[in-house]
Amino acid sequence: MPPDPEEVSAGVFAALADTNRRAILASLAEHGASTATDLSGRLAMTRQGVAKHLALLADAGLVTSDAGTGRRVLYRHRSEPIKVAQSYLAALAADWDGALDRLSAFLADPPR
Amino acid sequence: MPIPNTITRTLDLAHPQEKVWGALSTLEGLTSWFGSKAEGEVAPGHDVLMRWEQFDGEQTLAIKVVDPMSVFAYCWGINGAPEGDPRRTYVEFALEPTASGTRLTVTESGFAQLPDERLEASYQGNTEGWRAELGELVAYLDAA
Repeated sequence: MPPDPEEVSAGVFAALADTNRRAILASLAEHGASTATDLSGRLAMTRQGVAKHLALLADAGLVTSDAGTGRRVLYRHRSEPIKVAQSYLAALAADWDGALDRLSAFLADPPR
Repeated sequence: MPIPNTITRTLDLAHPQEKVWGALSTLEGLTSWFGSKAEGEVAPGHDVLMRWEQFDGEQTLAIKVVDPMSVFAYCWGINGAPEGDPRRTYVEFALEPTASGTRLTVTESGFAQLPDERLEASYQGNTEGWRAELGELVAYLDAA
């Protein structure tokens, strides 16, 4: 069954509502695949805190993990759910009222 | 609340259909109320490149329907999506005469598409996967 866009978007917005989780995603977007230790160092957060947020981000599909060399687990950010949420934002950002106000004004008083 | 797939607005205008049609279906009309610059041909199968100076942005309108005095429609990209994102919404302006002028109905649909489904469909060279999802929108989109 395909994912439900509403469910995916809800997960994205909940995940992004937290400053620390936004910081983790931003850091993964900026630096690429990283370990929890890398993130903890870059963001001045405890490793436990980072791990907790990574688990939540993984639940929302925003982060995937794979085993790197040795016992290092690498986390990387996943953009698909964000793209779904983008549709939501696009629907909310569509400004037909503004455009149609301008159309009405133009029809009422076209410039010569 | 689900993602709104379709946005609809209806406007009763105290202007004849010809005048409203002119504002929609000509480059001159479109740049007088919609974008700040437009280049291309307003004809089905052609593209119109529209620029908005105030946002420093541009969009390509892939013209789908130019049915004089009654329907003008195009597809364009999802606002804010990265370059190369295949998702498009379908925008239709439908005109009908009223006693006092013209009723204009604007519909933009396709917001609730899933990017991965659409991507997969275009990789496979068919649109069956999302045809069911998008209903009437799909009829107007080019085969991938």
